[in-house]
Amino acid sequence: MSSETQKILTTDGIPLEVSLKKAEKKNKIKAFLLVCPLLLFIIITYIFPIGEMFSRSIDDRMVTNMLPKTFKAMESWDGKELPSEEVFASFLADYRALAEKKEHGKLGQRLNKEKNGFNTILKKLWRKMKKFEEGNAKEQIMAVHKRFSDVKYWQAIKRTAPPYTMAKYLKGMDMYFNEDGKVVQVEEDRRIHRILWLRTLEVAFFVTLFCFLMGYPIAHLLATLPMKYSNLLMICVLLPFWTSLLVRTASWMILLQQQGIVNDFFVWIGLVADDNRPEMMYNKTGTYVAMTQILLPFMVLPLYSVMKTISPSLMRAGKSLGGTPFIAFWKIYFPLTIPGIGAGCLLVFILAIGYYITPALVGGASGTLISNQIAYHMKATLDWSFASAMGLMLLTGVLVVYWIYNKLVGIDNIKLG
Amino acid sequence: MALPKYTEPHYRIWHYTYLLICGFVFFFLIAPLFVIFPLSFNAEEFLVFSDGMKRLDPDAFSLRWYEDMIYGTKNPWGAAAKNSFIIAIFATLGSIVLGTVAALGLSSRHMPYKGLIMATLISPMIVPLIISGVAIFFFMAKVGLAATHLGIILAHIILGTPFVVITVTATLSGFDHSVTRAASSLGSNPVNTFLKITLPLILPGVISGGLFAFVTSFDEVVVVLFLAGLENTTIPIQMWTGLREQLSPTILAVATCLIVLSVLILVTAELLRRRSERLRGINR
Repeated sequence: MSSETQKILTTDGIPLEVSLKKAEKKNKIKAFLLVCPLLLFIIITYIFPIGEMFSRSIDDRMVTNMLPKTFKAMESWDGKELPSEEVFASFLADYRALAEKKEHGKLGQRLNKEKNGFNTILKKLWRKMKKFEEGNAKEQIMAVHKRFSDVKYWQAIKRTAPPYTMAKYLKGMDMYFNEDGKVVQVEEDRRIHRILWLRTLEVAFFVTLFCFLMGYPIAHLLATLPMKYSNLLMICVLLPFWTSLLVRTASWMILLQQQGIVNDFFVWIGLVADDNRPEMMYNKTGTYVAMTQILLPFMVLPLYSVMKTISPSLMRAGKSLGGTPFIAFWKIYFPLTIPGIGAGCLLVFILAIGYYITPALVGGASGTLISNQIAYHMKATLDWSFASAMGLMLLTGVLVVYWIYNKLVGIDNIKLG
Repeated sequence: MALPKYTEPHYRIWHYTYLLICGFVFFFLIAPLFVIFPLSFNAEEFLVFSDGMKRLDPDAFSLRWYEDMIYGTKNPWGAAAKNSFIIAIFATLGSIVLGTVAALGLSSRHMPYKGLIMATLISPMIVPLIISGVAIFFFMAKVGLAATHLGIILAHIILGTPFVVITVTATLSGFDHSVTRAASSLGSNPVNTFLKITLPLILPGVISGGLFAFVTSFDEVVVVLFLAGLENTTIPIQMWTGLREQLSPTILAVATCLIVLSVLILVTAELLRRRSERLRGINR
């Protein structure tokens, strides 16, 4: 075949195949150039910064840069017995350099995290070292405090040598490196992050479930009603969808407050006593109710677009073949809607797992999620590396959900409206 | 949805239960929005229906919170609204231009690595906002654009382009490319072809993507919370602060205005969707 096509020439005398390939290549470059501006923009302003979050989260160059000579001298130290005179001397030199720049306090604080009591002895060393004589650093340092002759403190310094650390990730799972460098869990009553992770998963799961249970029937109704009614009802779904998130949250804050309309209603039907109105906001109930209402359109719209394509004659065929309406629904209709269920649940779950605004406003202390913790560390404690670490852990979770979804259902184009 | 006469009683009961459930869900979806409306006309300072309002007493209603919103002392809303509109409009324009051009390239059948590039381009929509906020903040802080309008506009372009890319590629999937070839063969240059032939045909998709981008920017809190300084407060930030400190009826007046705005956007989006369907119907 190729020998025949090669014989066909264009008017310029170039073989057609070559000419076509050239044109193809030109088109490829043209298409790529069109995409280029946005692609570069997203990569520079978005993808790289996410990568930077990673390097920030494992970054531990502070000590590495503070004690360059010490770590060089420590390279030949086996870490079992007290290090040699050379290590002591270079540590003293490094520490003197830091003291001149007035950064010795930072080193004490950082090393104190590694081994308790480091800060005290370093401060003592700082006071005493002005009177040190030349040479014989080991003996003089060990005379400052008896802890300097404890090999564990030198091991702690050696542990900070690598320029990276996984400590922030461990902290996000309520674990830390103990004095022997092993991974251990924090005490039972201080495991706050694990509670937050579990609560985030729980809230995301139940909000998805509630959205599914409420969204499925109305999506079905919208898809089966005649156009003129369903268009009207569709407004009930689309208006909240287009309305500001804060407006919807505000309306729930009004509804759920203790003197609010929901409580008024409960008192009126006699469900609760007037003087014993339940607290429905600033706890998990508030988070559940508000998040379900806010995310419900994201469940209904994909379900609706799938259900719209299912022919009603399929159900009629099922019934005419002897199935009860329930069996016809379960065996025919339901399996056909699974792509819609998958898309809706994925959207709602992923939106819910990273939710920030609504839990922060109506969640109170028992309704806050992991994203609130990330924002707290970004804005209040300024521990940006920890915030980055937790953000990336959350991102990994989201990507795992995507991966599972892709395996189970397959990612189609995400449909909007 | 009328039931046939031969329907057995227990199916009849089930059917009405089903309708009841649906009614409840629709009520749950829409009712919260309507609470805000009457309360924003409350003459009193409390966020509950006063006795006068329940009796529909005209004295119990007033426009004082709307006056406060517009003329109030130390009024933050005017400046916030100005910022919000400036940021949203520029972010929308940026998203439309970048997104449409990229969508044109992506819809070409010659595009290499289509899946990977598409995934990269729509990733800001997939990644939880809080993470996007942290990442974008790091970038803007590094290049010195934190707490500037430009920084927030760029951030919102990042968040808005995925919507434009998705809607425009969807519109282009039903696009008949022979019309552009016809234009070229009649001697039109590519830019002219795009402006005179392609753009008018894909305009509904472009505008509805732009609407998504506009709403995303106009309603965005999380990223702005990280980026905004005192000079860049937007309406959502102002509402966020207000809701955290104390729920004042002025916020409800603002919220009512926002609901009216979203009704307008909803109507526009709906009209565009129908027009787009009609146009694509002709193309087929």
